[in-house]
Amino acid sequence: MKTAPSPALNDPGIVPAILARHGHDATRLMQILRETQESLGWLAPETLTAIASGVGWPRAKVEGTAAFYSFFHLRPRGKYCVLWSDNITDRMLGNRELMQALCEKLWLEPGRLSEDGLVSVNTTSCTGMCDQGPAVLVNYRAVTRMDMARVEQMAELIRNQVPLDEWPAEWFQVTDNIRRKDALLDHGLVPGEALAAAMALGPQGLIDEVKAAGLRGRGGAGFSTGMKWALCRDAAGEAHYVVCNADEGEPGTFKDRVLLTSYADLVFEGMTLAGYAIGAKRGLMYLRGEYRYMLDALESVLARRRAERLLGARILDKDFDFDIEIHFGAGAYVCGEESALIESLEGKPGRPRIRPPFPVTHGYLDQPTAVNNVETLAAACLVARHGGTWYAGLGTGKSAGTKLLSVSGDVERPGIYEYPFGVTVAQVLQDAGVTNCIQAVQISGPSGVCIGQDELERRIAFEDLPTAGAFMVFDCTRDMFEVARNFAHFFAHESCGFCTPCRVGTQIVAQLMDKLETNHGSPYDIDEMFKMHRLMQGASHCGLGNSACNPLFDTLNKFRPAYERRLKSLDYEPAFDLDAALSQARQMTGRDDAGAHLDNME
Amino acid sequence: MSEQNIFLLDGEEIAFAPGQTIMQAAQSAHKYIPHLCWHPEFKPHGSCKLCTVKINGRFGSSCTVEAAAGQNVENRTAELDDKRRTLLQLLFVEGNHFCPSCEKSGDCLLQATAYEMGMMTPHFDHFYPDRPVDASHPDVMLDFNRCILCSLCVQASELADKKNVFVMGGRGMRGRKIILNSESGKLGDTDFSVDDRAASICPVGVILKKRVGFVVPYGERTYDKAPVSAVEAAK
Ligand SMILES: Cc1cc2nc3c(=O)[nH]c(=O)nc-3n(C[C@H](O)[C@H](O)[C@H](O)COP(=O)(O)O)c2cc1C
Ligand code: SF4
Ligand code: SF4
Ligand code: FES
Repeated sequence: MKTAPSPALNDPGIVPAILARHGHDATRLMQILRETQESLGWLAPETLTAIASGVGWPRAKVEGTAAFYSFFHLRPRGKYCVLWSDNITDRMLGNRELMQALCEKLWLEPGRLSEDGLVSVNTTSCTGMCDQGPAVLVNYRAVTRMDMARVEQMAELIRNQVPLDEWPAEWFQVTDNIRRKDALLDHGLVPGEALAAAMALGPQGLIDEVKAAGLRGRGGAGFSTGMKWALCRDAAGEAHYVVCNADEGEPGTFKDRVLLTSYADLVFEGMTLAGYAIGAKRGLMYLRGEYRYMLDALESVLARRRAERLLGARILDKDFDFDIEIHFGAGAYVCGEESALIESLEGKPGRPRIRPPFPVTHGYLDQPTAVNNVETLAAACLVARHGGTWYAGLGTGKSAGTKLLSVSGDVERPGIYEYPFGVTVAQVLQDAGVTNCIQAVQISGPSGVCIGQDELERRIAFEDLPTAGAFMVFDCTRDMFEVARNFAHFFAHESCGFCTPCRVGTQIVAQLMDKLETNHGSPYDIDEMFKMHRLMQGASHCGLGNSACNPLFDTLNKFRPAYERRLKSLDYEPAFDLDAALSQARQMTGRDDAGAHLDNME
Repeated sequence: MSEQNIFLLDGEEIAFAPGQTIMQAAQSAHKYIPHLCWHPEFKPHGSCKLCTVKINGRFGSSCTVEAAAGQNVENRTAELDDKRRTLLQLLFVEGNHFCPSCEKSGDCLLQATAYEMGMMTPHFDHFYPDRPVDASHPDVMLDFNRCILCSLCVQASELADKKNVFVMGGRGMRGRKIILNSESGKLGDTDFSVDDRAASICPVGVILKKRVGFVVPYGERTYDKAPVSAVEAAK
């Protein structure tokens, strides 16, 4: 086997150039690590040492960050790294069979680097392509619509070591799949229009309109945006910051992907509005690593906006300076949690902070920070342009405006659907086209709620079914136990590991679900899962742990037969087959009589 | 201290100074709230969750939540001790703890707290993780099989010793671990010294001084003589 060359020594100029480009600034560590890895393939021990001395951090701190994120490699990674998106929707589209086939063609096991150091194949959490799966990331570039033909061709391309740039271009195509537009997607605004309207109102006037609009956060929690901006504006600090949360990690969610692809102006303008409202000069967009492919397009929108005086110094000739920079995450769902996101922006592991204090007073670099979801910021443009009263007239009483839904799973037309709040689940299903009978819809992803077929008249709104946008549909042929098991593994993989209940609890739950899957479970194990649910819901440090057992709880309550089918008996069952475990002893002693089998022992 | 600065801990009135956490106020009043990752010399870390209490009916970590006048705090209730027992069991099965042969036995806060909560068995299946032992340093050895990820060594090394020998990194149960500040990852290649504050902060049996092992025999150690609740309340 070839040993991987030491990359840092191979190319002594690369790391210093990257460090210089980022001003040796430790808070830019995530970007430094990513760019270094993009050049060198992986992050060798001596590379980390060089980066640490370059940014002036203890080496262990740099390694601590690098080790936290799934997309950073501290061991040789191979020339090709293929990661299969493993959301339940990818599974329903056959990703496991395709991955197995790819592995067989390349003669390797999932998760292991090939003998010649050329390629590794593994899974990754949902990559946000549920409407065009099964999806993969090849060297962190998104490939959509995998099928057996593509698998065969991919194996060939890898074996022949064809550079990624020469792979078929259509593989890398990501389509928007916008199926229904409403006020936001049909906004009709030209760049700068909302900003000019906001500047006519003044910062306080803008905040008042946003409050009057009843705009609530689209990232899931539904906090009043006007209130957040007011709190942030009023907080004392040396500088204020706007952060756009584009981490979009909740499995089944892909609406921010579409907004950033085709509505980037609106999102950046929303960030600029927020900056104007709270008195910030800098905005940071935290984009998930899975969306790395968007960088060039987004940078060119930013450049155009600077040229049009919509960003930079003296915006629209007024006394307002503001600019935006883009930061990437590196494969960590928990970084969608706003305080973990801020830690990541500062170059640290994405560990949720102790709250209070909240980001509005102590956020990025401990300064007042308004963190908002992509869609919230885009919607703010409508408020600035048309006024709070107009906006409040859309939707329902407690849920003003419209909501983008990311519809995937068992529907004919997966994609983006925009509705005024208050739409029924049944209406969405009808528009998306369902042919088979519906068993369940998972609203707002694994940390949301799972509703059954008798609940389809419920409404998408903070009053009934709040959602960050995911809408995954399961027809009557689907096994809801497998859905919950997929989610349990997702949380076990994504737990940051900071607090005991979530760190170990998510693993216990995943283990129990696997025990049930192999038909070794008993009602006792189901009680155990309820017990973990009760523990994690109260004692976890952040929302991830608090909601990690939601899918389990919902499916156990609503689809219990899917579990009971799997129970071996009504008594306690150990996690492994005791009798099978004795087979080696039987072989060694040459016994196979009744007394050498467990069933027959007292 | 004004008269209003009082809250209820299991029905007893506890006075607090403004800015104190519930844990700090309880400690000052010689009341025991179970804890593992909290240490009076350092900032609260809030990770072990053993100190979970109910504040006006809602769960919260007493080491991070500030005391406020009129709070009704439940601490040693059957419900909460039951949760604590489960948390302890999770900590036992995620590492490799074999108390009878551990040099820390009797002085270990994890073991003592497990006795206090009446934890009789680990209950869950063991994970048996593969964790390293590091004997590279002349005066101190590390056995990470027993690490409960409390970060006290991290804080001690950063804040008291100004060295950053220990840093918490990685993600999740299988990834999160102490990273040592050397390219080899060995303690012997760091500037760690046996006189560092971090050398004597570990509440469990990870950071052990060499050659002083059984100076105090089993049976005569801190928690052999009195349960942790009594030891803590006497502080
Ligand atoms: C585990 C976890 C993951 C989250 N992921 C996201 C995310 O991907 N995008 C997002 O906007 N908000 C996410 N949130 C919510 C954020 O913490 C925060 O509430 C939101 O960004 C605020 O913006 P908003 O008020 O505009 O919704 C997440 C929260 C948790 C607990
Ligand atoms: S709940 Fe989970 S993700 Fe959140 S801090 Fe605890 S371990 Fe980390
Ligand atoms: S080594 Fe000891 S002090 Fe450090 S984190 Fe582990 S248990 Fe805590
Ligand atoms: S003592 Fe409070 S969380 Fe550990």
